[in-house]
Amino acid sequence: MNGDAQTADRQNGARTRFKLVLLGESAVGKSSLVLRFVKDQFDDYRESTIGAAFLTQTVTLEDQTTVKFEIWDTAGQERYKSLAPMYYRNANCAVVVYDITQAASLEKARTWIRELQRQADPSIVIALCGNKLDLAARRQVSQEEAKKYADEEGLMWTETSAKTGEGVTEIFTAIAQKLPLTAPSATRAGATRAGPGARTGVDLNKQATGAPGQPDACNC
Amino acid sequence: MDEEYDVIVLGTGLTECILSGLLSVEGKKVLHMDRNDYYGGDSASLNLSQLYRKFRPDQAPPTELGRDRDYAVDLVPKFIIASGELTKILVHTDVTRYLEFKQIAGSFVYRDGKISKVPSTEMEAVKSPLMGLFEKRRAKKFFEFLQGWRDEDLATHQGINLDTDSMKTVYEKFGLEPGTQDFIGHAMALYLDDDYITKAARPTYDRIILYTSSMARYGKSPYIYPLYGLGELPQSFARLSAIYGGTYMLDKPIEQIVTDADGKFVGVTSAGETVKAKQVIGDPSYFGASADGKVRVVEEGKVVRAICFLKHPIPGTEDADSCQVIIPQNQVGRKHDIYIAMVSSTHNVCAKDIYVAIVSTIVETDRPELEIAPGLSLLGPIYDKFVDITPLYTPTSSDQADNIFITRSYDATSHFETVVEDVQDVWKRVTGTDLVLKKREVEVTG
Repeated sequence: MNGDAQTADRQNGARTRFKLVLLGESAVGKSSLVLRFVKDQFDDYRESTIGAAFLTQTVTLEDQTTVKFEIWDTAGQERYKSLAPMYYRNANCAVVVYDITQAASLEKARTWIRELQRQADPSIVIALCGNKLDLAARRQVSQEEAKKYADEEGLMWTETSAKTGEGVTEIFTAIAQKLPLTAPSATRAGATRAGPGARTGVDLNKQATGAPGQPDACNC
Repeated sequence: MDEEYDVIVLGTGLTECILSGLLSVEGKKVLHMDRNDYYGGDSASLNLSQLYRKFRPDQAPPTELGRDRDYAVDLVPKFIIASGELTKILVHTDVTRYLEFKQIAGSFVYRDGKISKVPSTEMEAVKSPLMGLFEKRRAKKFFEFLQGWRDEDLATHQGINLDTDSMKTVYEKFGLEPGTQDFIGHAMALYLDDDYITKAARPTYDRIILYTSSMARYGKSPYIYPLYGLGELPQSFARLSAIYGGTYMLDKPIEQIVTDADGKFVGVTSAGETVKAKQVIGDPSYFGASADGKVRVVEEGKVVRAICFLKHPIPGTEDADSCQVIIPQNQVGRKHDIYIAMVSSTHNVCAKDIYVAIVSTIVETDRPELEIAPGLSLLGPIYDKFVDITPLYTPTSSDQADNIFITRSYDATSHFETVVEDVQDVWKRVTGTDLVLKKREVEVTG
């Protein structure tokens, strides 16, 4: 790690960029939740995730700190045991989603949380999120049960409706508040993948502008 | 699994994942399967427990090596050449957003019993012990000739025709000594043997220009390397594919490639179920013994690779945290060069104070491990060593007839240029058109 580059990143505000990963069974509303958060939209007949699996959204906290989330969707790779280690790598926070009308989806969420505890950085902030609150009449997962589990595992917990928007902004804001904005950079390595300005290594995109054969400014 | 796909891809090596990503972006419906429970196939990077499972199933990794998850040990020793074709694909597909790269810190060549730095600047060339004073002047003229070459300007050709004159002619014109030729042909043009000398000079010219322009890009070596190991590359292209609708299944045993009476591809049988598709692409390991007795791949040779854990950098490399060392064949009386590729914790591929060096060459005898001894002896004390002898397979036919498309094994070259050639070749056979890189549409960001 290059000290100078990191100092520069901090001044550029890169310290407040975080990688957020979504997990949960298929069809619990992971993408819908993000679509609501990022674009304030909802689509009743949304197909399985295609084409948009890297979104960003900024949250401004009360003290005017801005927290930029880089949101990684599973792109469907969770379906057949095929999420790559790259997905968990350097994730700063995770939203594990279940469907309150499907008891089995909470069981699946527990599996994902165990997977996170095994694969992700120990400092990861995990939020358990019961989605489809608009369908509370068909509820199969009680608030007590989910809350108890979340407390035992030290997770944040809430219920949301991507359809109505209830609780959505709140959960992301709550995560933003919990992220260690002042923590040493090593625990937030994920943020260094945020973009050209935040990289510590070489930037491949940069060379497209350099004339062939001309030495590029050393960016290491 | 009663859906029908356009293409089934077998094996998640880099070649297959690039193809899968590009085909998905093109709108093809892709099913991608792997028999392993990890991504990467033969181009994977393994953690310690996966590495031991592969090489020493009866033994647990020593605790002394540190945490399992800190390791990403490459199975294939390759680096990315900075101005090469893989870099173009990485940039065009935008998978660089999932990856972070660092330079390889040095490029070295073995000569007369010791390691010297491949000069990267004129200053280094002047100081380099690789050439005597007069030879340096001759070499300078040679490089000026290469850098000054313009196809359309005859004055820059100095009487040489790159397309008809052999490299031997070019070397002789500048009066370069055999040792200098060794260094240019092997450490810069990266040829594995001396066959190029009698052939037309153009490809050698192209390779030297690729080397020098890559060297100029970041300064220390012509190579870059992805943090967390080469296994990140297939994962990033798999993600690209998934984002564009590709379906991924790991840990799927592949029992049979099903063909019809005419030998045309029908589908793939996994765990008793057959999935249908129009075409299949796969690495050679999925096409070994076919039920219809058809030979689809042939062995072209073997590569020996020794993955070595060291507790120190390679002696004589100025304590470089990563490097390539080339031992040209003439220096050790062989037909093929021996390569050493070393990375370390700087690249997040192992625990701190561990260095992972892979010594490799093309097998020439029936005692492959002895053949890499000159490379191993440069490493200093070796803490542990895993030796792998891998056959190199190449497909037998051009495949259009049966809709079965087989990729090549990862060869002994030090970079990914031949992998990209294979991608372009398979792409053309599968789609009937040349691979043209299109910029991905920019996604909306908040």
